[in-house]
Amino acid sequence: MEAALLEIQGLRASAGDTEILRGIDLTVRAGEVHAVMGPNGSGKSTLAQVIAGHPAYKVTSGQILYQGRDLLDMEPEERAQAGVFLAFQYPVEIPGISNAYFLRAAYNEIRKARGLEEVDSLDFLDLLEEKLRVVEWGPDIMSRAVNSGFSGGEKKRNEILQMAVLEPTLAVLDETDSGLDIDALRIVAKGVNALRQPDKATILVTHYQRLLNYIIPDRVHVLSAGRIVKSGGKELALELEARGYEWLEEAVTT
Amino acid sequence: MSSQVESLVNKEYKYGFVTDIESDIAPRGLNEDIIRLISSKKGEPNWLLDWRLKAYRGWQKMVEPHNWPNIKYHPVDYQALRYYAAPKTKTPLGSLDEVDPKLLETYQKLGIPLSEQKLLSGVAVDAIFDSVSVGTTYKARLAEAGIIFCSFGEAVREHPELVRQYLGSVVPASDNFFAALNAAVFSDGSFVFVPKGVQCPMELSTYFRINAAETGQFERTLIIAEEGATVSYLEGCTAPRRDQNQLHAAVVELVALEGATIKYSTVQNWYAGDEQGRGGIYNFVTKRGKCVGPRSKISWTQVETGSAITWKYPSVILQGDDSVGEFYSVAVVNGKQQADTGTKMIHIGKNTRSTIVSKGISAGQGQNSYRGLVKVLPKAAGARNYTQCDSMLIGNRCGAHTFPYIDVQNSTAAVEHEASTSKIGEDQIFYLKQRGLNTENAISMIVNGFCKEVFKELPMEFAVEAQKLLGVSLEGSVG
Repeated sequence: MEAALLEIQGLRASAGDTEILRGIDLTVRAGEVHAVMGPNGSGKSTLAQVIAGHPAYKVTSGQILYQGRDLLDMEPEERAQAGVFLAFQYPVEIPGISNAYFLRAAYNEIRKARGLEEVDSLDFLDLLEEKLRVVEWGPDIMSRAVNSGFSGGEKKRNEILQMAVLEPTLAVLDETDSGLDIDALRIVAKGVNALRQPDKATILVTHYQRLLNYIIPDRVHVLSAGRIVKSGGKELALELEARGYEWLEEAVTT
Repeated sequence: MSSQVESLVNKEYKYGFVTDIESDIAPRGLNEDIIRLISSKKGEPNWLLDWRLKAYRGWQKMVEPHNWPNIKYHPVDYQALRYYAAPKTKTPLGSLDEVDPKLLETYQKLGIPLSEQKLLSGVAVDAIFDSVSVGTTYKARLAEAGIIFCSFGEAVREHPELVRQYLGSVVPASDNFFAALNAAVFSDGSFVFVPKGVQCPMELSTYFRINAAETGQFERTLIIAEEGATVSYLEGCTAPRRDQNQLHAAVVELVALEGATIKYSTVQNWYAGDEQGRGGIYNFVTKRGKCVGPRSKISWTQVETGSAITWKYPSVILQGDDSVGEFYSVAVVNGKQQADTGTKMIHIGKNTRSTIVSKGISAGQGQNSYRGLVKVLPKAAGARNYTQCDSMLIGNRCGAHTFPYIDVQNSTAAVEHEASTSKIGEDQIFYLKQRGLNTENAISMIVNGFCKEVFKELPMEFAVEAQKLLGVSLEGSVG
């Protein structure tokens, strides 16, 4: 069996005085796609944010090992440079900075951290051309300011473009599917499936099963009140679709 | 906001060193004898001494503008200051071949090499050290085109008729408290004259350096562009780190005749004081341009990152029909800095147009105020103004204030004002960090995006400098 790419053990985390994650154990191996599902407020997004290192959350116990390294000991940018990518549920706008400039800056920071040479803007444009095809966008999008004035769907698509360019080893998608129409959903799926490689892994945080029609997960986990209450294969997602979440919550409380 | 967004401003001020050089310094205090001393040191004609004395007598009756600006400071003791300081050198100043090596080294350290071979190509520099000009580069080459670019002192000696014609024609000696003080005691500054039809072939720039302690710097700059002439001018400023506040009260006058264009850019990085607000420059400056002729244009671009207090309103009097005034500003306050800055656009001629783009960034405990007047006089038919005033806050202890004044006396005028306030949040920074950028690069990117409309107005080399400077002045404001 592959060694674990990501190993979360006994993870507890709080926002302010409120404990949100109450002991998460999760192992993700290279080559796998995991879906993390659960009702609103179960801690799905918090888990994604904690993996990426959002300062609003405090880890009170447990650990996260990524490629054997202590992820919690790393700054968010160090995690990014090591190949951890978070597709945000609410991507921020950066007025005045073009998408092209931003993406190249990110791409080069990551390269620099790995001891690789920076890429100049012409070479980067070549690379972009191919990645734009993944999200079915023309080059115009690159001269627009980052997410500025983008529709909700465009912002999500821009996250997938960034993911395609940065080619993370571990991609975490935080409800990237919410609020998307079928076409946009298909594009997101295409981006994720393109990264389905033996040395990479993906965690899909989602509320709904429908994205999983396009991306077949290897494992499905259900989060409730900050704990993983059930794990299973892809059929678990269908069961959740049919039965909702209550039966699991009841199972936990009893 | 948590401590994440609280500490990116307090990097070492890298221009804070002192040059150890013997100076010829005037005794403390201000009186008519001091003014006579300054005038005689500079070998000025009588008419100029009289002009100074008249300004001084007017100034004595004026009141320091303490009430209306949104700034707080202890009253300046004008009798405790020194009004003249010049480095003592064996050879006369003004010739670059003979400049004291210590001074050359100072400018080298500031990144302003004064030997022409090493200069940025296409930029001529006048270097002002305390009260005098150390030297001016490319003078000969400019002279071939008929352009005069020299220190103010030299202009008084070599071109007295031009100085006399235009001095005080835009900012009269009686204009305001600080302008009157400047008129009385002004030391050196730059003088530019671009004759009819000449496009100045290179950027002109002045680098101001305060070195001596307890001295004020009172430079005076006069730029004249005759019919159809164009010129682009840039000034940069730094000062040593000292515990006492130092006063800088400059006056800049621009005159644009018919069809002339003057572009004036400032990158102001005077010492801002320490985190507790000790020391730093009081930057009380009057800058004004007059579009005298039709179709003339004056454009101000300023990047204000330094000084403990900034009080300045680079303005344009749009007298000629179809003349154009512009003001692009980035003002950054951090630590305990205060800025009350903006512009005045006075529309007198028909179809005059003005654009104001102001970007204020407040961090630390800084207080940043935009104050702008758009005045359309009765004869300015078809006048147009567009004002955009954006504020950005970093952290919870700073402030942003906007004081727009609009006075329209012609019904055919169109005046627009847009304003916005935003805050750099933890989420924005986290987003960029998640993409691999460190905190400083993240903030720098957000702020540079915010200032983009102003930076694109700066000459290329200086736009890059300004971006870097902004990064440095905000370092430590988020940590």
